[in-house]
Amino acid sequence: MAQQVITQSKVVPAAQYRDPSLMQSLWWNVTDALIITRRNLTYYVRLPQLLVFSTIQPVMFLLLFAYVFGGAIQTQNGNYINFLLPGIIVQTAMFGGSVAAVGLAEDLKKGLIDRFRSLPMARSAVLAGRTLADTVRNIFVVLLMIGVGHIIGFRFQNGFLNAVAAVVLVIAFGHVFSWIFAFIGMMVKDPETAQVAGFIWVFPLVFASSIFVPTETMPELLQIFAENQPVSIVANVVRGLMIGTPHDSVWLAIAWLTGIYVIFVPLSVWQYRRSAN
Amino acid sequence: MQNDIVVEDVRKSYGKVQALKGVSLQAEAGKILGLLGPNGAGKTTLIRILTTLLKPDSGRATIAGIDVAKHPMRIRSLIGLAGQYPAVDEMLTGRENLVMVGQLYHFSRKASKERAQELLEQFSLTDAADRTVKTYSGGMRRRLDLAASIVARPAVLFLDEPTTGLDPRTRNDLWEFIRQLVDDGTTLLLTTQQLEEADNLADWITVIDHGEVIAAGTSETLKSQLGQDVLELQISNRSYIPQVQTLLESIGRETPHVDTATGRFSVVVPHGTQSLLEAVRVLDQQSIAIADIALRRPTLDEVFLSITSASEN
Ligand SMILES: Nc1ncnc2c1ncn2[C@@H]1O[C@H](COP(=O)(O)OP(=O)(O)OP(=O)(O)O)[C@@H](O)[C@H]1O
Ligand SMILES: [Mg+2]
Repeated sequence: MAQQVITQSKVVPAAQYRDPSLMQSLWWNVTDALIITRRNLTYYVRLPQLLVFSTIQPVMFLLLFAYVFGGAIQTQNGNYINFLLPGIIVQTAMFGGSVAAVGLAEDLKKGLIDRFRSLPMARSAVLAGRTLADTVRNIFVVLLMIGVGHIIGFRFQNGFLNAVAAVVLVIAFGHVFSWIFAFIGMMVKDPETAQVAGFIWVFPLVFASSIFVPTETMPELLQIFAENQPVSIVANVVRGLMIGTPHDSVWLAIAWLTGIYVIFVPLSVWQYRRSAN
Repeated sequence: MQNDIVVEDVRKSYGKVQALKGVSLQAEAGKILGLLGPNGAGKTTLIRILTTLLKPDSGRATIAGIDVAKHPMRIRSLIGLAGQYPAVDEMLTGRENLVMVGQLYHFSRKASKERAQELLEQFSLTDAADRTVKTYSGGMRRRLDLAASIVARPAVLFLDEPTTGLDPRTRNDLWEFIRQLVDDGTTLLLTTQQLEEADNLADWITVIDHGEVIAAGTSETLKSQLGQDVLELQISNRSYIPQVQTLLESIGRETPHVDTATGRFSVVVPHGTQSLLEAVRVLDQQSIAIADIALRRPTLDEVFLSITSASEN
């Protein structure tokens, strides 16, 4: 008899199950996301070349823009590297999010999302863990670019606190946009398509913006778009905070990011939950 | 005995494809239900519904009395799933995969590590435990996937074709292991295309085809449900094959199976010995020499082929 009790206790009896409390569920939202973040960051440890190449590309962009276009592009105070660096880290933070689209599409294709969905884990955790890991990588890349920028002549012009605020805004921007990439990855379900689809909407936002060039020289309609779209607004604020140029309100930038966040987080989680259909 | 899995008239379509057309079945607590069916029968679809990955269009499914569609989170803490294709993270080591799953079941890190070690030993993966899964063979991945499915010692376990791609020895080990698991109180729903597997493991077999249950019972009742004996017959001169086929068709209950390379026929017959004598008589009339002839009980394979081909018509 005793034997039987012991063997039966090996299996969790259904009747013992209790729903977690609200606090417990909220806590699991955090811890589950961190477990997945750790798993995604492990990829960079196992494949250091992944980190190396995904870092070389933005640094190369920085150097190419600074030296190839630097002479040709006229900016107000004539110092193109000071104009360029704030813009190009915004662009880098945005491109960095595309890893989320490809990574999630790959997890779907390999059936890993099915495994996760069959576990009693928080429904947001797989996506939050993905975007958090990409944010960690973004922090690394952005700081590296500021370092390289410094070597080729970039200087903060607006005090330490504003510089910190600018970096925080860039990272927040990258994080918010990685949720859009996450949504795309869950939608298209295929890594190759995710790679392409992930970028299509990015190019107009990045190039028809104040990231690389002042918007004054653009045709009128384009200029209206370029000055009022979120990427430009964030880039202008970041630039303003870093080098003191006039810019839109920080609150406008934060409002845009909050708006995108509250739309795309639920949308992505919804897509995650129905991903098998 | 209490039923752990109850499925009532579950339907599911993917666009125009009706994958499940009203499936009902039960699995007794602590027993093995074998879900048997050919490709595209709807086995995986049913498992995906029961494991909360898919919502049924209509019908009801409960596990331990809990509605699968209404309380997916509760269900997820009760069940384990090993899908048709191994779902393990290639970039992590075997151990890291199992620890991660343990933590996602909300075990402490220490408990997850201990459980991982236990499972790695149980599935003979200790040597490869700290290698990335990328370097694993197909069989090793499948073993790791199965280990991941029982990390939480689930009360109800779903295995979708668990032994596909395993060598015979590993497969036998796994069968042994599955029996052990069920002895410990787990309820198991297992899909398979191998009748041998269902015959060996399952307490109860449900056969589905084209999204419908076409037969259910123990392997013994299924065999006798088909009822009559099978006549096996071999002719020496293979040029008579078409002729013999027509003759046997009129004696048997179905189209005879024929192995054209050896000239060997098998056909289910309605009247046992009488049918055998009749076969001998008509072949003798046509002067077709019989090399070998015998009556035997049907195998589960024949039962399966017979009921699935009947549902085709
Ligand atoms: N995602 C999907 N979209 C469209 N049709 C699907 C999808 N998944 C399955 N089907 C169809 O539903 C039917 C049942 O498929 P299911 O995978 O459940 O069969 P199965 O019994 O598991 O087959 P197999 O033994 O080959 O694994 C098939 O006709 C299949 O083509
Ligand atoms: Mg299947």
